[in-house]
Amino acid sequence: MATTPVPGGQVGRSLPRLEARDKVTGRAEYAHTMRLPGMLYGKIFRSTVPHGRLIGIDTAAARAMPGVHGVYAGEDVRKVIPDPYYGPAFHDQPILALDKVRFVGEPVAVVVASDPHVAEEAVALIAATYEELPAVFDEVAAMSPAVLVHDELKPAGTFADLKHLKGRKNTNVARDFHLRLGDVDKAFAEAAAVFEHEFRTQKVLHVPLEPFAAIADASDNRLTVYSGTQGPSFVRSELARLLGWPENRVRVKVPCLGGGFGAKLYIKLEALAAALSMLARRPVKLALSMEEQFYMITRHPTTCRIKSGVDKNGRVIARKCEVFWNGGAYADIGPRVTQKSGFTAPGPYDIANVAIDSYALYTNLTPAGALRGFGVPQLVFAYESHTDMVARALKIDPVKFRRDNLLRAGRPQATGTVLKDAATDAVLDRLAQCIDWGKPFDRGSGPIRRGRGLALGIKAVISPTTSVAAINVAADGSCTLYCGTVDMGQGSDTAMAQIAGEVLNIAAQDIAVTPRDTDITPYDMGTLGSRSLFHMGHAVRLAALDAKEKLAAMAREVGEPDGSNTPVAELFRKKYGMQAGNVIGAGTYKPDYTPPDSKSGQTPNVTPFWMVAGTAVEVEVDCETGHVRIVKLVNVADCGRAINPRIVETQLSGGSLMQLGFTMFEKMNIEGGQVTNASLADYKIPGMLDVPATIENVTVENRQENGPFGAKGVGEVATFGVSPAIANAIEDAVGVRVTVLPLNPEAVLRALRVKAGSPLDSE
Amino acid sequence: MSEHAVTLTVNGVAHARTIEGRVNLADFLRHTLGLTGTHVGCEHGVCGACTVLVDGRSVRACLMFAVQADGRAVTTVEGLAAADGGLDPLQAAFREHHGLQCGFCTPGMLMTLTEFLRENKTPSAAQVREAIGGNLCRCTGYAGIIAAALAAARRIAADGA
Repeated sequence: MATTPVPGGQVGRSLPRLEARDKVTGRAEYAHTMRLPGMLYGKIFRSTVPHGRLIGIDTAAARAMPGVHGVYAGEDVRKVIPDPYYGPAFHDQPILALDKVRFVGEPVAVVVASDPHVAEEAVALIAATYEELPAVFDEVAAMSPAVLVHDELKPAGTFADLKHLKGRKNTNVARDFHLRLGDVDKAFAEAAAVFEHEFRTQKVLHVPLEPFAAIADASDNRLTVYSGTQGPSFVRSELARLLGWPENRVRVKVPCLGGGFGAKLYIKLEALAAALSMLARRPVKLALSMEEQFYMITRHPTTCRIKSGVDKNGRVIARKCEVFWNGGAYADIGPRVTQKSGFTAPGPYDIANVAIDSYALYTNLTPAGALRGFGVPQLVFAYESHTDMVARALKIDPVKFRRDNLLRAGRPQATGTVLKDAATDAVLDRLAQCIDWGKPFDRGSGPIRRGRGLALGIKAVISPTTSVAAINVAADGSCTLYCGTVDMGQGSDTAMAQIAGEVLNIAAQDIAVTPRDTDITPYDMGTLGSRSLFHMGHAVRLAALDAKEKLAAMAREVGEPDGSNTPVAELFRKKYGMQAGNVIGAGTYKPDYTPPDSKSGQTPNVTPFWMVAGTAVEVEVDCETGHVRIVKLVNVADCGRAINPRIVETQLSGGSLMQLGFTMFEKMNIEGGQVTNASLADYKIPGMLDVPATIENVTVENRQENGPFGAKGVGEVATFGVSPAIANAIEDAVGVRVTVLPLNPEAVLRALRVKAGSPLDSE
Repeated sequence: MSEHAVTLTVNGVAHARTIEGRVNLADFLRHTLGLTGTHVGCEHGVCGACTVLVDGRSVRACLMFAVQADGRAVTTVEGLAAADGGLDPLQAAFREHHGLQCGFCTPGMLMTLTEFLRENKTPSAAQVREAIGGNLCRCTGYAGIIAAALAAARRIAADGA
């Protein structure tokens, strides 16, 4: 059955997702739902001050409560993990606060009890005293060392590009990245016109509908963690490092994830759960509430300053970008965002003279990390708003201005790396075409005015990263795929099975994809940054090819003629005399990479592939209320060759709607470091009724020559253009420019009233 | 904590339990009965992931005490498929039309739409949007969910004809 040759390929099929049946019947298992025998529940006591020295914690009343198994604070963690600082980029985050707290919501102590409600009630009996310290919340203010969040930088050593930061003191700058191309000062001096604008993006968060959850089960020489993580390999190696154990004593198993979007990367609850299980000597589960997600990880708020010099022909000849990333209290992956996304800050434009200065800042807020786009959506909001503002100031059509300055395949990007397989032209053309750019349309009347806008962005996949895969062909010919890519909803299991099936000529739905388990599934860097389809896709392809070659060798060994069609099961029977044996194929993929020069940021090979996408919108603005209605939204993406076109479409539609929330209304309200809207009732995410009346997803098929079957990643691309396209359309409709997200009615109305000469009172 | 005797049917099976008054219906279904298909997201009635049917009407299981379900008939996502495992038309359409990604909101979507399609045999896309306006999905952008609901309505109509 499994070996029946399939007419037509597996790649390019809109196959239903392999796990869909489990998800529509309620059988799919999530970490939030799992329970182990003898398991206890932990609930976290959190800091109420944004920055303070921890003077004391009184846990006596909590300990005395019936049903409470134990109450643990930072010093207790040291008994099992002597140096309890973790993080992917820096070892700066304590498992529980030790000497200081650095943000409101930071874990300070944990109650472990037989019942989660008992644990929660006991948490309310804990009291902590702090000596409050001055705090810093704004990323630009944090450039000054007046308030220091950390005494010293502690790079992890995982990433070579961060090692030089070790031991730096008297700074909140966790990472600074600089790029220099040409002579930007000379070009500004020669420019016919110079434009400079500043843009700001707000603090938003991922809101996976399944909040974070992890269960740890420790024994004397073995630790098993069940976690909804996007990166089981990293969790294993980081837990092993914290414990001083070899990796083979740590096992990380990953059930289904109820969404991730970058939140569930690196260590989140796992180290704390492990410490609690070792202290309590029982399995311990930590499952956060929706409210607690606001104190785990968010996207980076940014301030981005862009300055462009344009010559008399409307060519941008100089661009300077200054980007300040508000990383919150702990670095998480922020220092990498600063460089890996920072170098795309000039946008998809061919500019001879570029200067980029990109800074990761510590502040006293919830830590910031990766969120669907790894910083790129914030940058695109800045450079594509700026592009429209410059074009309008020069009285050049914004699409023509983009065409005149577009970075095209074959030309070097600001890093010096030549753009390849990136359909910038086609994406821009389709955007303009789909929104009928340049054609007359109903611009509205009375208070309701209509406008159109578009924007496109570029992203480089993070490099260098490694993926490993294995395929086991059983003696009946059926295949099992082992890969560490976590299917958090993006459909990777289905896509990987399609790639393996394409090579092995087996229907994808007949290939079993093994659940993630670090004892079984090989290494993968992590499910992040749209890297999986490309990197793991290659590893899976190579593993399948390896298995195929081994099967061919077996056929020759048992005397089959070349090209014989003998079923695989028959080959095994011939070789072993019965249904016995295995063939195991393995594949490893790591692309070539050249690190950027530490001063100029220049490198001939910064990434194995580029992502290009954009969004075009038509909006309706109510001049009396500031409400913006999106009449039509079109996403256009260069997705390489689609492995599963329906899944690509879902990714585009989902990514753009998420970014629409970040554009129009999502915002963590923070007062004095305290989040004041930490619940789904107060922090609104897009619902069905926020979906634009017309939404179209268009893919520009553009084979990625070095990709697996011509494919590349598509999970983030639909986020790129949404915010600036809407901001540009608002200006097109009513002539006001909003440079701070979100573009909510208040922001738009304030801008309208300023334009009308009757500004509203400030907040 | 006072305990209460509760008798109810869940997916056609009768259950009698003694439970604390504070236990909500979602926790009762998930922990006491082991029906973990009902998911808990926000725990305050916003996301809709925990939606189940009580006497055929959709309710947020996180906002209802289990004792309030005494004497009533509850249907959860586990009760949708046929006894032989065959998917019902709505489940089949969600699978076929990619009406899901991570799947966490899916049980609530299915239960809300089950009630809706029973009362709306030939719904428009606008009616579907309205019906699930109170169920949040962070992954899909909703397009596949609307397509699935409309396809299921057509299938139910065709099967019933």
